[in-house]
Amino acid sequence: MRLSYSYALEAKALSVFYGDNKAVDEVSYGFKRNKVTAIIGPSGCVKSTLMRAMNRMHDFVPEVKIEGSLWYESEDIYDQRANPVLVRKKIGMVFQKPNPFPKSIAKNIVWGPKINRMSKNYKELIESSLKRAALWDEVKHRLEESALSLSGGQQQRLCIARSIAMDPDIILMDEPCSALDPKSTASIEELILTLREKYTILIVTHNMQQARRISDEVLFMYEGRLVESGDTEQMFENPRIGQTHDYIRGKFG
Amino acid sequence: MQVRMVTNSIFKGFCFLSTFTAVAILVMLLYHLFLKGTSHLDLDFLNSFSSRRPGRAGIKAALWGTLWLIGLTSLFALPLGVATAVYLEEYAEKSRLTRLLEINIANLAGVPSIIYGLLGLAIFVRFLGFDRSLWSGSLTLSLLILPVIIVASQGAIRSVPLSIREASFALGAQKWQVVLFVVLPAALPGILTGAILSLSRAIGETAPLIIVGAVGYMRFIPQTPNDDFTALPLQIYDWASRPQSGFHDIAASGILVLLAILLLFNLNAVIIRQKLQRYPS
Repeated sequence: MRLSYSYALEAKALSVFYGDNKAVDEVSYGFKRNKVTAIIGPSGCVKSTLMRAMNRMHDFVPEVKIEGSLWYESEDIYDQRANPVLVRKKIGMVFQKPNPFPKSIAKNIVWGPKINRMSKNYKELIESSLKRAALWDEVKHRLEESALSLSGGQQQRLCIARSIAMDPDIILMDEPCSALDPKSTASIEELILTLREKYTILIVTHNMQQARRISDEVLFMYEGRLVESGDTEQMFENPRIGQTHDYIRGKFG
Repeated sequence: MQVRMVTNSIFKGFCFLSTFTAVAILVMLLYHLFLKGTSHLDLDFLNSFSSRRPGRAGIKAALWGTLWLIGLTSLFALPLGVATAVYLEEYAEKSRLTRLLEINIANLAGVPSIIYGLLGLAIFVRFLGFDRSLWSGSLTLSLLILPVIIVASQGAIRSVPLSIREASFALGAQKWQVVLFVVLPAALPGILTGAILSLSRAIGETAPLIIVGAVGYMRFIPQTPNDDFTALPLQIYDWASRPQSGFHDIAASGILVLLAILLLFNLNAVIIRQKLQRYPS
């Protein structure tokens, strides 16, 4: 089933409305498996809005309405029969500001698997998740300490480890480095490049250099519409559309 | 310029005087209580029943009655209050009806306690036939503190940051799991503080208990919630209203015990808040 479908996630004319205001305007795009796809564009909430539509995080905001379809494993996750909880198990999310639970490091990792009755061997799960998030060596002796005692960059890697522990297919990252210092940012970027081997990663960023450093493909959004998309190198070297060119060269944004 | 400086110091002096008056009255009250009450305050006082002779009277029945009341009242009021707050904050649609409900609950917190006593008399004592038992007393006190617990819990739930709710939803949690395992634990310090403060209000209540028929003179400890009961404030009231000055002295001793319990409660609230406070913002 998995291999028969070519994209990890495919949006078809996906629109997001805030009340009557169309924030995301008919975006269609197929996100490729095991690639890092960056969503860039000038400030405004549109990029995050699009990303939050990818795992139905808008469900909790009554005034948001979604049109179009979003295909995951040959199923439209906005179909009435689709189960948003199952969707979020397979499509994890890392937020702008690190948001660990006010619990121990270990409990943060096992929280998701526990409530979903997934794994039995939590000890191994904690170790493997933290290792994959490149945090194990820093915290292995203090797993019972509060997650809030970690630095911002460590907290964000813990949040990544937390979503990895759910064994997702796709990890959504909503400006994961915007609250971090350059050093922590570098470690997260390095991590993203290694995670690509196992997961499909979508990342929203306002930092064009970051998009260039870590992504395989880029989507350029402007005023709710997908202006241009394609291979990262090609997009940065010679974009086809003038608007993209101007944004990438820093003429606006 | 000169005038403004003078106004400034007059205002400052006025505020200081107000504070000083309040503290001074409190100190005088405590001094008076200690002077009269400490001579009777010993283990015998805690461990004997009331008596016709003030020298042999104690607060055993009242102390146990108060402990029963605290236990039963928190058993009824806490789950009910917290669940109501959860419903209002997490599930109820933000409609005008909900808003009206919330305003009414907040207003109920200000209703005089004797009104609750009358309500308890009508519902628990007469209609449900609980008579003058601990059931009637504790259920009435539960009604009394329920609005305060609801309002405090609502505030605590509301202050749990959106970010950790989102984190749990993104991990495939259902709504009830988010509420039960993330929101409530994070809101716990606020909820407990509100609960303890409202319980300490309940401990000091006299009027509603008199109305629902708590007795002033009792020579046994209530064994089940079906039993009659008395409570510390009632015992104090009973002694203070007698003509002999000996009873006035032991009333002061009773007040000291009551104050000690209240102080312990409030201290607990402070400690819990300090210890569990995990979200500074």
